[in-house]
Amino acid sequence: MTEPAAQLVALVIDDEVQIRRLLKLSLETEGYLVFEAETGQEGLRAAVYRRPDVIILDLGLPDMDGTEVLKRLREWSKTPVLVLSVRQELEQKVTALDNGADDYLTKPFHAAELAARLRAIRRHSPPETADSVYQTGALQVDYSTRRVTIHGRDVHLTATEYALLRVLAQNHGKVVTHRHLLREVWGPQAEDQSQYLRVYMNHLRKKIETAEDASKLIQTEPGIGYRLSGSD
Amino acid sequence: MKEPSRPNPDALLAAIKQEDEKLRRGRLTIFLGMCAGVGKTYAMLKMAHQRKADGLDLVVAVVETHRRPETQALLEGLTAVPLRTVEYRGTTLQEMDLDAILQRRPALVLVDELAHTNAPGSRHPKRYQDVMELLETGIDVYSTLNIQHIESRVDLVRQIVGVTIRETVPDTILDQATDIQLVDLPPDALRERLAEGKVYLGAMVQTASANFFREENLTALRELALRVTAELVNQELREVMTTRRIEGAWKTNAKLMVAIGPSPYSAELIRWTRRTVSIMGAPWVAVYVESSAPLSEEETARLAKTLSLARQLGAQVVATSGDDLVKTLLRVAREERVTQLVVGKTLGLRWLEWFKGGSLVERLIRESGDLDVCVVQTGQSRETRTASKRLSLDLKPWSRDIILGGASIALVTVICWLLRDVTGYWAIALVYLFLIILLATRLRRRAIISIAAASALLWNFLFIPPAFTLRINQIHDLLMFVMYFIVALVIGNLTARLRLREWSERKREQRTAALYRLAQGVVESTTLEEGLRRAVQEIHNASGADCAVLLVGQDGRLSTTPHPAGTWTLTEKERGVAVYALEHREPAGRHTDTLPESDCLHLPLKTVNNKVGVIALHFPNNKTLLLDERELLETFADQVAVMVERYWLIQEAGRTQLAEESEKLYKTLFDCVSHEIKTPLAVIQAATGELGLVFDLVKETKGAQPFLKEIETASRRLGRIVDNLLSMTRIESGRYTLTPVWCDVDEIISSARQQVGDLLSRHQVRVLIPDDLPSVKVEWGFVEQSLANLAANAALYSEPGSEITISAQVDDSHLVLKVADQGPGLPQDGETRIFEKFYRGPHAPPGGVGLGLSIVRGLMTALGGTVSATNNPTRGATFILRIPVEMKRIPESL
Repeated sequence: MTEPAAQLVALVIDDEVQIRRLLKLSLETEGYLVFEAETGQEGLRAAVYRRPDVIILDLGLPDMDGTEVLKRLREWSKTPVLVLSVRQELEQKVTALDNGADDYLTKPFHAAELAARLRAIRRHSPPETADSVYQTGALQVDYSTRRVTIHGRDVHLTATEYALLRVLAQNHGKVVTHRHLLREVWGPQAEDQSQYLRVYMNHLRKKIETAEDASKLIQTEPGIGYRLSGSD
Repeated sequence: MKEPSRPNPDALLAAIKQEDEKLRRGRLTIFLGMCAGVGKTYAMLKMAHQRKADGLDLVVAVVETHRRPETQALLEGLTAVPLRTVEYRGTTLQEMDLDAILQRRPALVLVDELAHTNAPGSRHPKRYQDVMELLETGIDVYSTLNIQHIESRVDLVRQIVGVTIRETVPDTILDQATDIQLVDLPPDALRERLAEGKVYLGAMVQTASANFFREENLTALRELALRVTAELVNQELREVMTTRRIEGAWKTNAKLMVAIGPSPYSAELIRWTRRTVSIMGAPWVAVYVESSAPLSEEETARLAKTLSLARQLGAQVVATSGDDLVKTLLRVAREERVTQLVVGKTLGLRWLEWFKGGSLVERLIRESGDLDVCVVQTGQSRETRTASKRLSLDLKPWSRDIILGGASIALVTVICWLLRDVTGYWAIALVYLFLIILLATRLRRRAIISIAAASALLWNFLFIPPAFTLRINQIHDLLMFVMYFIVALVIGNLTARLRLREWSERKREQRTAALYRLAQGVVESTTLEEGLRRAVQEIHNASGADCAVLLVGQDGRLSTTPHPAGTWTLTEKERGVAVYALEHREPAGRHTDTLPESDCLHLPLKTVNNKVGVIALHFPNNKTLLLDERELLETFADQVAVMVERYWLIQEAGRTQLAEESEKLYKTLFDCVSHEIKTPLAVIQAATGELGLVFDLVKETKGAQPFLKEIETASRRLGRIVDNLLSMTRIESGRYTLTPVWCDVDEIISSARQQVGDLLSRHQVRVLIPDDLPSVKVEWGFVEQSLANLAANAALYSEPGSEITISAQVDDSHLVLKVADQGPGLPQDGETRIFEKFYRGPHAPPGGVGLGLSIVRGLMTALGGTVSATNNPTRGATFILRIPVEMKRIPESL
């Protein structure tokens, strides 16, 4: 699938030299061209010059907080960002995701899992404007006609269910937080009503996760949100 | 512009508030009669029996039957609270037991003779004050009262029967009564009852019949009683109209102001005004104008009494100062929007008034504009008139003035006599004048005037020819003599007045200086102890009193031990007075109306919205407290209260800041440690994983895979221990904030399983969650970690391949999570010990430090939940978490 001409560029922003070295080694075996940055400032500069396809960001940086780097980055860039941190509190994760991170991985981590996550978040990024049809595995969503099919068969969704699926599909591979979903589907005043979400999500799952398609299309990130990523 | 007749919002609000107060307080019913023997007590008991039949919890606090058989019979069947026996100077007195009643808290209490004066040593000097306290705690009271005991009618009663009544109750208590029952009996009937011996027994009948119970007296008293009742009913009606906004109830915008002073007639004026306003239903103000002339001790005491009488009778008391009485009165009247001014008709010196531009009353009338001025005749009865002493500046004895004045006059006379041939007799007059000026700075006015007169006579007798006679021959000598006399008087007077003014200035300055020193001391002192010590010192300097300071402690109650800054200690009884002062936010103890028998004056230390303590002042040997002294002390107390509150706030701020600093330090340290340990672990784990991938590709290195697995297992274990140690530290330090979020239990369980996935990989994990489990609001991280630890524990203690069951349910307000394994079960007697830190069970596999379960307990404690463990009926153990949660059931069909 990787085209030989355009090598993928990854930017690692982490102050730990060992982690950087390790990530560089493991990402290079995955075929990435890896650039490193030790501080937040350096990282932001590198994000401008190197035009990375994906950024791996540590939250505990010496000069500024990782969340701050994320905010500044999101002012101008849509480059997928994976946050890699020792902080494992739920709140930290949600904050990072709400501030524009695409995924979150806590240290210690498995190299294989990192690679998989990077693949997932990279996919949805560039051509979201042009595509009017979304496809993952057996699931197909036609944004222009609001038609949803599984294995070519029509699935009937209510307006709310369709809205949920659309938000998840547009953020393919990315963890969409409860708050994000609620805001997109019900509006900002509903941000604290996460208990509704479960009910709708269950309905949606029942309709699109058919018996034949055993792989779970919609994954639950416990306490954080949901992620739509089919077998691609 | 004329005011429209609509209710003034303030008045309406006040009416509503008063109405509310009445609702919250106990209800007072007064059985009012014209005199003894009309059957008030009888009527009260009758009614009490009715109420008792209704099932009301009522007790008799005190009833005076005067051994009348009918009344005594009515006491049968009513519960009585035993009277309290008081020993006083060898005799035993019986008084109502207020505390016993307050403790019993009945719905209704019968208290006879409202105007009774309590035995010395009781909490309140008067019984009506006891009744007020009962009402304040919400207990209803029935009481009886004779018309002659109402404060504002005392003068009228005296005019009728010629006896001054000493036992009185203020009119305000009538205002507070929710019900007035008039017990009326025609005079003839009463006299009949008296004759039959139903009122008094034995010989008393005759004397009573001849004196008090004369027919004309009774008729007058009866009329008075009927009138008072009518007024009260009228007033009630007006109150009803006010609250219901009935048009026409707003005809009077009247407000009265009565001018009072230290004169003994002021009390009469106050009573007159009170009677008038109660008929008009108008508010009233009592104003006292302080002039620069100081008052004698007696006058000060009388003024204080008069002012407190005015307060008791419901007046708003205004004290102001100014040397021109008329101007000041009119200024206050304008400020207070008064419509009528009440002044007494005083009998002054005619010529002096003419000299000052008319009498006070005349000037008032001339300058008052549209203000009505009521001039009231006072002092009809000579019996209240007592000589008032003006201007006793210092308390040095008169003898000193006489000796000093006489001696200096004699000395100067002798010297002048010796020099008379040299100087001539005219110069001698000047020498005398000089002496008068000198003495005027030393002696009081009356002495100076006597000396001036004496010197004039001496000069005439000894020096003006013909000597040794009082005759004056020469016309210029006569002129000289008259002039001398006048000049001597004026000089004496002026100097004395100057001194007075200087004296009062000095007094004022002393006060200001004392306050300034106190304020300065407060600012300069760096600790509360030092500040209080200074305050105690200043109070001692100003009043000579020793102080005990009691502050309110953390629990909001007054501390039992006095603050070490005090110089006095309190007995348990005095402490009770202090508590009273604090709770009622008003001074109590000596020199007050509450518990005046105490040793100390207790001033509450109160700020606008805080009660910080009490300062108790113990004065040396029966010192009388002057009005301005007491005011100064109260101001002191307020200052001290503000100071204490300020220190408290500073302390509070300091504590908060310290906590913040240490929180910050802790967080930095914690983050640093966790980062430093976890990063190398992460590197090891990631590198191992990577290495595994590489080794998999190369055939020659495949045999190395088991070693990699060992490294991975070890690093995971190390990681878990680090996590546990960090969690333990966090829980034990109490440095966590709970931010519960709405979540789904199945998500928590799956997240916990993920956390310890490697440990559970060789077990069969079953999860049992009912379909209708509601969403719960809970601290996600704590529950997840607890579950993960329990699951890890289950996996470690049971055979691989065996089953681990995780189940969830809710009961009323708790989330119940269970983790069951099929291991060896709990160790004997280990059911509680397993949750102890570093405890390891007998079947514990190697590795692990015994923190997992103690962390679970810590987390549960933090959430207000519990963890427990039991053995399963067949095999293994079950761990149960019970966590209080908020829950929300969402219908599946939305």
